[in-house]
Amino acid sequence: MTQSEGDLAVTEIRFVRGATLASRPAPMTMTGALGWLRINLLSSPFNIALTILIALLLAWAIPELVKFLLIDAVWTGSDRDACREVVQHREIGACWPFVWERWSYFVYGSYPIPQRWRVDVFFIMLAIGVVWMLWLEAPRRDLGSVYFFVVLPISSFILLTGWSAVGLPPVDTVLWGGMLVTIVVAAVGIVCSLPLGIMLALGRRSRMPAVRLFSVLFIEFVRGVPLVTVLFMASVMLPLFVPEAYSPDKLVRALIGIALFASAYMAEVVRAGLQAIPKGQFEGAMAVGLGYWQMMRLIILPQALKVTIPNIVNTYIGLFKDTTLVFIVGIFDFLRTVEVARIDPKWATPVTSTTGYAVAAIFYLIFCYAMSRYARATEARLAKADKR
Amino acid sequence: MSSTANNALHLKPSQLKTPVAVELVGLNKWYGEFHVLRDIDLKVMGGERIVICGPSGSGKSTMIRCINRLEEHQQGKIIVDGVELTNDLKKIDEVRREVGMVFQHFNLFPHLTVLENCTLAPVWVRKTPKKEAEDIAMHYLTRVKIPEQAGKYPGQLSGGQQQRVAIARALCMNPKIMLFDEPTSALDPEMVKEVLDTMVGLAEDGMTMLVVTHEMGFARQVANRIVFMDSGQIIEANVPEEFFNHPQHERTKLFLSQILR
Repeated sequence: MTQSEGDLAVTEIRFVRGATLASRPAPMTMTGALGWLRINLLSSPFNIALTILIALLLAWAIPELVKFLLIDAVWTGSDRDACREVVQHREIGACWPFVWERWSYFVYGSYPIPQRWRVDVFFIMLAIGVVWMLWLEAPRRDLGSVYFFVVLPISSFILLTGWSAVGLPPVDTVLWGGMLVTIVVAAVGIVCSLPLGIMLALGRRSRMPAVRLFSVLFIEFVRGVPLVTVLFMASVMLPLFVPEAYSPDKLVRALIGIALFASAYMAEVVRAGLQAIPKGQFEGAMAVGLGYWQMMRLIILPQALKVTIPNIVNTYIGLFKDTTLVFIVGIFDFLRTVEVARIDPKWATPVTSTTGYAVAAIFYLIFCYAMSRYARATEARLAKADKR
Repeated sequence: MSSTANNALHLKPSQLKTPVAVELVGLNKWYGEFHVLRDIDLKVMGGERIVICGPSGSGKSTMIRCINRLEEHQQGKIIVDGVELTNDLKKIDEVRREVGMVFQHFNLFPHLTVLENCTLAPVWVRKTPKKEAEDIAMHYLTRVKIPEQAGKYPGQLSGGQQQRVAIARALCMNPKIMLFDEPTSALDPEMVKEVLDTMVGLAEDGMTMLVVTHEMGFARQVANRIVFMDSGQIIEANVPEEFFNHPQHERTKLFLSQILR
């Protein structure tokens, strides 16, 4: 501070800013399509190599896919002859008539044909509920949550299982199948696992030893056992302990098994989110006088769930695909109906299995990708608060 | 202007029920084996402004955090406006409602706007109607001179602004006692003054304040009493004049010689 100019032996030591500099536009290489390419695809030699590799991979895979699914595909026909190379004397791609014919089986399973409108009504009601809950500008979202969490489960249950008193003949769940089962199992798992998971995560961090011990035991036990085992236990072992008359329906048992299994995973996901919240947030909430549940509901969980959205959705996507395992206890989910249909001798051709699996892949891809996209949008919306 | 606003909102300066705001008697606390607070005795009268200073690790933050039970104590008594702090959750909630706290790192809720930060506790804890809570919040945001930031998120504000929001948030609960835990230590030098000015204004209104700070200028200007702590004990307490000009204890003299250059 007291150093004199002479000590520094430089000529220009004084500087006083005259006019403030105006901000100038960024250089061309950073903006526009060219800038985007440069930054995202060609930023380094490694990145360039990756870009080329992926481009080659796509160039190889996409034409093959398009060729199989569209160009060489058979679109009409009534039996396997339409899709056999030896009969048609041309290269055969996907065998779509097989899918057209078995489509209703893929959707409803063995649900009695005269009653299938009930499944359609269920799908429509579920779609309304999902849109009402997920579309943030939807009117009366408070009513929407009552509809989704109370009206929908009860009315769906009555609608699908039947209630003679209102003229709906009972339909045994053994007959349920296809997308109906997959969607029911996934929806129950998704809706139940988050609240259960949150309770377990809070329990694991509780200061009450009994609550903590229960949560830890539950989470570690359920996570430490394969889902297949949980399903087996639910469907085979449970009836050994509970008299047949009181033992719940096979599908219900599988639903409970999946919901509990998913909630154990969800608990760890939520706990990771809770760990990420700084201690100061808890202290700030306590210092303004919030009680434990208010603090959790208003301050901690909104932030914890936000940081952990990618993991929650990851668990949901995993859960959605894990629903295929219910076939092991004899429940005909969507994939199982495809399995059954593809070995039907009527459609026995070399491409039937591939076509069936392609349909299954597209089905699961649509649902999982939709979940992923919605989660991305939610993250972007919530990130608003982090912007400086 | 502010008095008319007060009338419109029915804001009464909150009254302590007892003349003694905070009383610590034989307070002891350990972190595991480490004895952080040793036989602390301190009586703070209503309307008093106490500045607590001392080297880092001396237990000053821990002491004021005991007053609203962010830290548990193991021995001794803490009585806040006639309510003794025990494991009784009702008592703890009662004390926390009446005691406001401002933290070094603000601890604002980043997912809520400034206004929501201020209305949250009144609405959920005091059951104030939302509209009224918002009016009160705007009143205090005006008082800390940032009403125009009400719709922003904490992350969009400067440190000094965030700390003033934190003060407003605490005031919205209409507390009888305010605790400040190094409120300016995390701020850029340019922003310290705006926060200190807000605190001076609060002191002039007669708020009972316990302030942990290294701002000795503030201590001289505002404090009724300065408490100097080291290694978990109160070493010396005195009025600012005497404390700065005639420190008695060797440790106090050493401390002052280090910080007053």
